[in-house]
Amino acid sequence: MNPILHVEHLVKRFGGLVATNDCSLEVASGEIHALIGPNGAGKTTLLAQLSGELASNSGRILFQGRDVTRLPVDKRVAAGMTRSYQITTLFSKLTVRENLAVAVQARTGRFFDVFGTVAGDSDIEDGAAQAAESVGLLDMMERVVGTLSHGKQRALELGMALACKPKLLLLDEPMAGTDPEESQRMGDLIHALRGEHTVILVEHDMDAVFRLADRVSVLVAGHVIATGAPEAIRANPEVVKAYLGDEEDEKEAA
Amino acid sequence: MLALILEQSLNGLQYGLMLFLLAAGLTLVFGIMDLINLAHGSLYMIGAFLAAAFSHYFQNFFVVLVLAIAATALLGAVLEKVLYQHLRRMTHLSQVLATFALILIANESMTMVFGAQPVMIGMPESLSGSVSLLGDELQYPVYRLLIIAVGIAVAIGLYVLVNKTRLGMWIRAGASNPTMAATMGIRIKPLFTFVFALGAALCALAGALLGPLLAVSTGMGESILIPAFEVIVIGGIGSMRGAFVGALLVGMIDTLGRLVMTSAFKFFAVSGAATLGATLASMLVSLLMVGILFFRPRGLFPARG
Amino acid sequence: MAPRLIPAHRPETPLTAGLPGPWTAIAIAIVLAAYPLLMRELGEDFYITLGSRVLILALAASALNLALGYGGMISLGHAAFLGAGAYTVAALAGQGINSAWIAVPAAVAIAGLAAFLVGAVSLRTKGVYFIMITLAFAQLFYYLAVSLPVFGGDDGLQLTERSNVPGIKLENDLAFYYFVLFTAGLAFVLLYRLVSSRFGRALLAIRENERRVAAVGYPVFRLKLMAFTLSGGLAGLAGALLANLSMGVTPHTLAWQQSGLLMVMVVIGGSGYFWGGITGAAIFLLLEEAVSTHTEHWNLVLGVLLLIIVMVAPNGVMSLRERVISQFRRKSTQ
Repeated sequence: MNPILHVEHLVKRFGGLVATNDCSLEVASGEIHALIGPNGAGKTTLLAQLSGELASNSGRILFQGRDVTRLPVDKRVAAGMTRSYQITTLFSKLTVRENLAVAVQARTGRFFDVFGTVAGDSDIEDGAAQAAESVGLLDMMERVVGTLSHGKQRALELGMALACKPKLLLLDEPMAGTDPEESQRMGDLIHALRGEHTVILVEHDMDAVFRLADRVSVLVAGHVIATGAPEAIRANPEVVKAYLGDEEDEKEAA
Repeated sequence: MLALILEQSLNGLQYGLMLFLLAAGLTLVFGIMDLINLAHGSLYMIGAFLAAAFSHYFQNFFVVLVLAIAATALLGAVLEKVLYQHLRRMTHLSQVLATFALILIANESMTMVFGAQPVMIGMPESLSGSVSLLGDELQYPVYRLLIIAVGIAVAIGLYVLVNKTRLGMWIRAGASNPTMAATMGIRIKPLFTFVFALGAALCALAGALLGPLLAVSTGMGESILIPAFEVIVIGGIGSMRGAFVGALLVGMIDTLGRLVMTSAFKFFAVSGAATLGATLASMLVSLLMVGILFFRPRGLFPARG
Repeated sequence: MAPRLIPAHRPETPLTAGLPGPWTAIAIAIVLAAYPLLMRELGEDFYITLGSRVLILALAASALNLALGYGGMISLGHAAFLGAGAYTVAALAGQGINSAWIAVPAAVAIAGLAAFLVGAVSLRTKGVYFIMITLAFAQLFYYLAVSLPVFGGDDGLQLTERSNVPGIKLENDLAFYYFVLFTAGLAFVLLYRLVSSRFGRALLAIRENERRVAAVGYPVFRLKLMAFTLSGGLAGLAGALLANLSMGVTPHTLAWQQSGLLMVMVVIGGSGYFWGGITGAAIFLLLEEAVSTHTEHWNLVLGVLLLIIVMVAPNGVMSLRERVISQFRRKSTQ
């Protein structure tokens, strides 16, 4: 295996609460690696530490062999790690084109460029169109994002992360709040990413997880208790107890 | 020497306690309603002006106090229902502008009613004497001791209200998580009106009490507004305890700092030592606030989880 | 100026609203150039000075607009940078340095430096804390101006003559107006370049959703700091011109209420719109002039007006123009 990401003994405390508890993880290059766990297990907290928005108390994060633990968010994006959000974080008053253009502009650097006009820059326009196409939004470029359906917004959420041409994508519940049709489409989009990109996928939708993931890690109370192929995880008694078991109790009670 | 230090310490305590009256209301409004209210100082000013007005009709100082407080609290409640409850839902920028507008309106209204000259409130006869402290070394005004006593009493009262009553529990819940509090069934709207009126009442108390000491003028609101903001930032927005500690801290630093600086400047024969000392002491407080924001961005006793 | 490269079918969004069209700019320039000549014809020389005042405050408001309207940074302390520029000019004049070539750039540099230092500390905070820390810093500068003897205390510093520009006598009000117009014009060209650039778009995006901008890899803190610094420098330029206009400066210029008034101008005009600063300053000053001749309670009128604006059109006059246009468009497609 060729690990693109090494997480070593990561710890994150909020006052007395230990959200990430000696968490270790390895993600292979080109795979879709799902991260599942019961509510409150600390999945989003872990993702925030990987993207650089949250500083860990101890432990290391190695990306392509390089220690990125103390690297700020913008440097991590430049290195090739981007994130999408569970709660849609887009420029809702701007069009799809403008949203993607902002992301593409970042990729091409020159942040403090005060000369030159940015409107109509063909590199940016092309990049935006490319990103839109990869998530099926090419025919919606001029739509104001706030007017899009939830499923389309989630697709754009993915598109923004893709527009940065990352090597590793951290997807935080991309299917959150989508209906079955939209969810299926999102799954297809993610599936198409395999190989060229590596994906860490946090999801509650178990069908999607088992359909898409190459490997699954289970996070309980901030600690990874098991990693393996989907079928192995499904059969793992500890996992069943900690996670899927709760669901079955709920089903029985209903 | 000792007498001077004791005198200034008592002054600092008095200033700090009055600052606490303003900061307590401000931190609650800020903490629960997430509302920047630049006009908070104006309520203090209005309280003072009302006390001045009432003192023409009533000889009893206590009556004047109660009337001024009640009238200002009523004004606060009306403002909340008419304006602030809409402002709550607007951006911070809109809140800044709207409350800035209120300052303009309040200042100009007071000028129109009372004229441009500062107004004096006569100090009640019975309270205008002095008391001997440290043997006969220091003659300290009774009135200022009264202010200290009232300040401490109100602080205790607020402590009891916030920590020992159901209403206080609602207030604390609202300060730490307003949305959660609303979902748990706490009736938010009347609570907000009450908190706002309470803040106005506290402002009026401070204004009416300080009236006989300082002159009542437009602009007195602004001069206490920024220290009040500094206090709640230092103490932690939404925290009553923070407002108390912060206010005493600021009061002491400002007053004792002024003493130290002015003495130092006099010692080195710097011209304008008094003004320089006063302004540098105020700068010290600003610097303290900046420092706190740097290391403990949520203040000393943050209320929000 | 580059023509607008935005085809007709693209909807107007905050990104495009922030950009001026070249025709508007040319029209405005012509009107402003002709204005004082007209006033001279009418024998109303007072209005020439008023015009200079409007331009200077329009520049100051536009400087704030860069930080506030484009960058989303609610700074209640911008009067400090205005004052820094004014005091620099006055202090240099006190030392015998009167040349505009030295005094004006010095004013911009000092104000910019002040903004850089204030921003470096303040921008680490967010939301209400940011607003209050800018307020506290403004107070700090005010205290410095009032207490240090070198700044003249309460009386401030006086200028015995206006800055020295070779070949032009700035004491002549008409000449001064054109000097201000020229300087402000240059500043606006600079602003135009700024907001049309990659930097400008990044700034607008930060205002729209800072988290998302950080997530796609922009160095947000540094971008905001740069915007804040530039904004302060431009305010300093306005301050230098103001010191010349008023033949001096007092600590009153640095009072936080002055920052409030600048903010009022930006919002009246339209925060985030390119012409917001000018529109706001013009409306504000002309209104003040008009109302003050009838009553001495201008502050009351302003307060009431401001309240109404906040409740009815919180995005300012320029946004009303948009609302009217979109109403128009809706009617024509029906």
